[in-house]
This record gives sequence, C-alpha cells and structure tokens, in this order.
Amino acid sequence: MTSRRLNVIAPVLSTVAALLISAVPIYLQDVNPIFGYERLLFGALGDKLALTETFVVFAPLLLCGLAVALAFTCKFWNIGAEGQLYAGGLIGTFFAVYATSIPAVIAIPATLLFGFLGGAAWAAWPAVLKVKLRVDEVVTTLLGNWVMTYAVAAILFGPWKNPVTGWHESPAISDTTKYPILIAGSRFHLGIIVGLLVAVVFYIIIRKTKWGFELLAIGANPTASYAAGINVKRQIIIAAIVSGGIAGLAGIGQVAGIQFHMETDLSPGFGYTGVVIAMVGALSPIGVVLASFLMAVIVQGTQAMSRATGVPWALAEGMQGIILLCLLVGVFFTRYRLKVAR
Amino acid sequence: MQTTDLAVEMRGIVKTFPGVIANDHVDFQLRRGEIHALLGENGAGKTTLMNVLYGLYRPDEGEILVHDKSVAFDSPQDAIAEKIGMIHQHFMLVQAMNVTDNVILGLKSNRVIVDEKNAEKRIDELAHSYGLQVEPRNYIWQLSIGEQQRVEILKAVYRDADVLILDEPTSVLTPSEAKDLFRILRKMKDEAKSIVYISHKMEEVMEISDRISVLKMGKLAANVMRSETTKVELARLMVGREVIFRLTKPPVKPGKPILEVSKVSALNDRKLPALKEVSFEVHEGEILGVAGVSGNGQRELADVLTGRRTVTAGTIRIQEDDVTNSDSRKIVDLNVGFVPEDRVDVGLIMSLPILNNAIIKNYRDLSKGPFLDYSAAYGYAEKIVKEFGVKTPSVKYPTRTLSGGNLQKLILARDLARDPQLMIACQPTRGLDVGATEEIQSRLLEQRMRGHAVLLVSEDLDEILSLSDRIAVMFEGEIMGIVHASDAVLDDIGLMMAGSKRIGADQS
Repeated sequence: MTSRRLNVIAPVLSTVAALLISAVPIYLQDVNPIFGYERLLFGALGDKLALTETFVVFAPLLLCGLAVALAFTCKFWNIGAEGQLYAGGLIGTFFAVYATSIPAVIAIPATLLFGFLGGAAWAAWPAVLKVKLRVDEVVTTLLGNWVMTYAVAAILFGPWKNPVTGWHESPAISDTTKYPILIAGSRFHLGIIVGLLVAVVFYIIIRKTKWGFELLAIGANPTASYAAGINVKRQIIIAAIVSGGIAGLAGIGQVAGIQFHMETDLSPGFGYTGVVIAMVGALSPIGVVLASFLMAVIVQGTQAMSRATGVPWALAEGMQGIILLCLLVGVFFTRYRLKVAR
Repeated sequence: MQTTDLAVEMRGIVKTFPGVIANDHVDFQLRRGEIHALLGENGAGKTTLMNVLYGLYRPDEGEILVHDKSVAFDSPQDAIAEKIGMIHQHFMLVQAMNVTDNVILGLKSNRVIVDEKNAEKRIDELAHSYGLQVEPRNYIWQLSIGEQQRVEILKAVYRDADVLILDEPTSVLTPSEAKDLFRILRKMKDEAKSIVYISHKMEEVMEISDRISVLKMGKLAANVMRSETTKVELARLMVGREVIFRLTKPPVKPGKPILEVSKVSALNDRKLPALKEVSFEVHEGEILGVAGVSGNGQRELADVLTGRRTVTAGTIRIQEDDVTNSDSRKIVDLNVGFVPEDRVDVGLIMSLPILNNAIIKNYRDLSKGPFLDYSAAYGYAEKIVKEFGVKTPSVKYPTRTLSGGNLQKLILARDLARDPQLMIACQPTRGLDVGATEEIQSRLLEQRMRGHAVLLVSEDLDEILSLSDRIAVMFEGEIMGIVHASDAVLDDIGLMMAGSKRIGADQS
C-alpha cells in the first residue's frame, strides 16, 4: 500500500476505532450508540444549521492546522498556535475596536493584518531564541501559550474590560470590522473563506515556490541545505513568523466572526488540536483541510449528540479526546509496519 | 563440542529488500584463527551478509551456525552474546556521548550507578595493548573519523569478541596505521580469533587474508585461498572485466591562482587549534592533492573553505573575492563545487527526490520570481543524471534509493554541471567500487583539462599520487610541505604525513 493511500485510510480506521471505543460509555448511559451516532452525523451535517455551524468550527481548526503544518515542514515544532491565536485576537481586536470611522472594505483586511501580525510576533521570539541560542522551541512555544492567555486575562479583567457591562471581555469591535455573514440565517462568516484561501496559498507555496522548496529541504536535512547555500536560520525564522501569523488569523477570526469582543476563552484548544490535525494531515494542505473538517464534524456532532440524547457534555468532550488519541495512533501506523517474525 | 574447526558457517543465505536481492543463496565459512576477506564491489552484498551474521538483519532463507551450533539472532545483542563483534563502515556511535559511554552502552550490569571509572581503566588497558589510542573522556562528535573507528574496534574488543567483522576498516587509516591494524589482526589470529575482513582494496586483501570469498551482484563468485590467486584474477572475478589500474594524465600548463589560502588558522569543535597558518594556492588547470591521515585538520580545512567554520586568522580568496568567513551561499554563488567527506549528512537530502538534490544549488536560476519552474527543473535533473551516469529509474525517486556510487555521482553531477571554477573534493572515492572510482577520478581530471582548479583532499595515497599535479601534506593542522607530484619521493611523503619531515618554503 502506498504511503499516500495509507495516510487516508489510517484516519478513517482511527475514527472507526474511536467510535467503537466511545460506544461503550454511551451504552452505559442507557443510550443506544447507533442512535447517538446518527444524532452526531445529523447534528454536524444534517441540515443547513448543522452544516454551517460545522463550518464555523472548521475555520479556526483549519487555520491552526495550516499554521502548525507550515512550521512542522521545516521542523520548527510550533506547539504555540494557541498562544499565537490569542495574540492575533488581541492585537486584531485592538485595531478593530477603534476602527469605527474606517469603511469595511479597508477595515476588514486591516483587521486581518493586525491579527496576523499579533500571531506572528508571538512566534517570532521563540524562533529567534531557537536560531540564535538553540533554545528548544517546543518549550518556548508551549509555555508561551500560558503567558499569552494569562496576559490576555490580565488585560481583560483589568484595563480593557468591557466598559458597558464590566464583564471580562474587551469593548465591542467596530461594526465595520465584523466579518460579513455569507449565508443568510446562519453564522457562516468570512473567516471560513479566509481559512480556505490560506489553504490554497499554502498549497501554492509548498508545491510551486522557491520558498516551499527550501522549507522542505531544511526540514529534511538542515546541514545539507546550508552546505548547498540555503540560509537555514533566516528561513526558519520566517516560517515560524508566518506560522504564528496564520494562527493569529484564527484568533481574530473568532473575534470578528463570532464573539465580536476579545474574550478570555476565545479558543477551546484549537491551537493544540491544530497540532494533531497537522500530523494526521501529513503536513499537506489537502490533508489538513480534510483532517480539520473531520475534527469539526466531531466537535459539532458530539455537542449535538449530547443535546439530543442527554448524554453528559463531558462524555462528548471525552469523545473528542478519544478521537484525537486514535488519530495519533493512526499516524504511527503510517510510518511503521508490523511484521510477524518467525 | 567442536567437530570441525569452523567458527562460523552460513548456508544458503538469502536476503532481499524491495526490488533487490542483496544476498542470493550465499555460502560462507569462517575457520577458527583465519582471516577471511570478503571481496566485492559496492552493492555486491558483503555488508548485507555480515549484517545478517551480526543480527542486524534476519535472513529470508538460510542457516547460520556458530561453532557448529545453529543460531538465530534477533538482534546484535544475541550475536554479541555469541562473541561476534562488528566494526561497520558507517559507524554506529552516539555522537552526543563520550568514548567510555559508547563502549559500555548496552552492557548489562547489576549496578544502578554506572561504573565509569573501572570502564575507563579497562578501556585504557585495552587501547594500550592493541595500540588504539583514544582519550576515553572525549565526546564522539569531537573525534575525527579515524579516531571514531578506533572506538568502534574498542567496543568489540571490550566485549571479548572471538569473531571480529571489519567493514572496509582502512578507508580511514594511513598506510602506517593500516600496518598497525594488520599487526593487531595477526596477533588476534594467533590467539585463535577469527576475522572477516570486508574490503574492495586488492592490495590489503592480498596482504592480510588467508582465504578470500568474492561476492558479485549478491552471489558468491568464488572462494579461494589467497596463496592460489592473483590480483588480476580477483579483479576479474569481482567486476567481470579487466580493470585498468592506472589513469593516464596528460600534462596541462597551470594558469593563475583561483584559490589562495593565506596563513589560515582555525579551531576545531573542541576549541583547540585545528589549522595553523595554512597557506597554499590552487591554480587553473591543476589538481592540488592534500594528503594526510584523517584528524589532521582536513575536515576543518574543508569547513573553512565552504563557509561552515570561521577562521581565527588569515584570509581565503577566490580570484578577486575575499571569502574569509563568508556564508555558504557566497561560496555556492561563486560557482565553487564541493564534494563533502560526509556524503549522506552534508552532501545530500536522502528523504527527498533525486530531483531536489540535483537542483539544490541552482534552483534560483530555474525560478521566475518566487515560483520555481518544476518542469524546467525536472528536465535539468534528468539531463544531468543521464550525463553523469547516475543509475535511477526516475529523478522522482527518493535519493536514498541510490547506491553509494550513484550517490557520489549525483553529488558530482550537480556541481560539475555548473562548470565550477574550483572543485573541492573530499574523499571522493572512499568506499566506492573500482568502476565508480574510475569514473569519478576521470571527471576530476576532466575539470583539470578544462582549465579549472581542483582541490583534492584524500586519505587514499594512491589516488593523490595518480591524480595530483602538486601534493600538499597535512599533519596536525600544518602544511608540512608542497611538492610536485612528478618529483615526489614516496618516503618523504610518508614522513611528512607522520610529522617527521618538512619540505622547504616552496609554497606555490
């Protein structure tokens, strides 16, 4: 079996395995698992409301998955997409709150830009530390997540809390910066299109540009890449910054598309799920799109299942975790074969 | 109970990998107290066969007997338990650990805290008795290739190996070190140890072995006593044609200096001086050969010339450009070709397609703006692969599917296709079979004929002697002398390599 085919089959089998495993606790709740899963599928894909809501979850997952996949391509282990997401949300919102007099045509791209820059900046310092001082980026990006989320909380509980309600969220963003809704009667917003566009750009970068060529080389063998004249240090920093920027787009997307304020709980862990998505998607843009959609279906579907069957919400969340674990195990089997020895 | 005197017997060994039969029903017998050479080209199956014996591979078919006892090894641990030791061509050392830790790694012990002191002491004793000089506290990444090999031998000896398998051991040793190695091997033979000696160097095989098995394309071509055969016959068995041993070199008049190295000093990874005021020039139309044992600064010299190490003093000029301490990119842009000593880690990206490696120096020229024209790149890669005889079904295959000789041809192809004004070639034919060696040496001579400069750094003295116009000898980071190849006295060169002689102020 080619490794390409295996990359597709493994997640499918992992999902099936996860569903089988999760059927046990569902059954123990006196709920028929088949009924539960039917509600899951319907709740994610069944009607216009379900489908658009699935896409709403799809957007940030896709962006985080792409962000991580880009960094991983050159072996910059960016585990900080969560923090970069928050940074992007924060900086983007900062612009968006005060952009009241700027027309939407300019305000929205500008908001996106600020979101990108916020995320990019939060990925820049771990990248520089890695390149100049060989500080492990897994540690810096991971710990950076907490630093940023607590910083955001400090700001939102303190100087930047909502002046009208006193709630720990930012003031509302300007109407001109809110993402337009693209499908009437739903929450399907511009951010979804942004995500898909970034996926296309990612594809073009990796398959068609010099930069993509260099990133692949660096990820596979930085020593040989440098000996051949590639500026490895600079390219890693640029890749990390772009990666952070894409995660920042996910953050500002949640603000401009859904919440309309900067929140302390902007993300239920999209950045971390993005890591699994990137790996399951084998770092390819198409793979990441598919894996993100799968996760969106699961997230959306398990919520719907919980509502419809009375199964506790914690179990639904647990299912998401089971699926993530099964997917990770599946990734292992795309790399190694088991063989029965004599 | 031993009914025969066979230390090891392998019967009908078959080992296949996807697409290739590495060992095709090979029989091999090693008698006690014998030095048995395994002779053959690259890809003939010698290393594979011994990897099977050492438990690294499971044979698909066949039997292995050690002292008449049938065995099946699940891993080298089992082979080591049967007192079989192997020293590989590509070392299996942990770079980040020191000599002592590498030697004792994997040994079972009842103690919770590792007894390094005793291990160090034993290592020192063994090193002394076999003449394998190493400092137990040094880290592997600091050692030269030759020193690393000595650690590998120590590992086997430390585990009381009865059967010793050596894979191309002298590819990193000087003539005198090789003589020492042979002395050690003969001593081991006297103590009833059995040795398998994998090589494709005819001279050595004829000098050291008692018996020779020739492998060709995965099959056993012949099993002869050394006393009953000749070099010519062995060559014929190996390659199936009469191999021409000497290359003819027409005289070329050298021109202006292309590479000028002036009083360059540099430190090694241990922050000790590795290059001491090294000065030399390489002219158009000339091959300057740098001779010397590994570990005398050759690695650092190649590093400073290619932007991979900074100098602490001195200058390096390529024609008009000062390239002292410049980035690798500048060197590549000045059209300097580089064949690194470490092909796999420094020269190539093994997991990517051959195409990527073929264009990795000139992909910028194949691009329009930010976009890389992959169809032009594909055409270019196909062209150079064909022109330089790199055997592959397609340039889209991963580079790791290429055999050793073809890897080296690829490295040369991508640099030579750009017609470089200066070619820096380090150990370009190490570990390659006779055919590939010939091809690569011809290419280097071709560069010379075209009026380009070639810096050849090689531990193969025969290669230096037959290819170079002038020869520089390095010892402990210094150039001991530079002589014209036509006037060179072999004894002088040997003395310079050993540090016992310097030759004049003739520096150009």
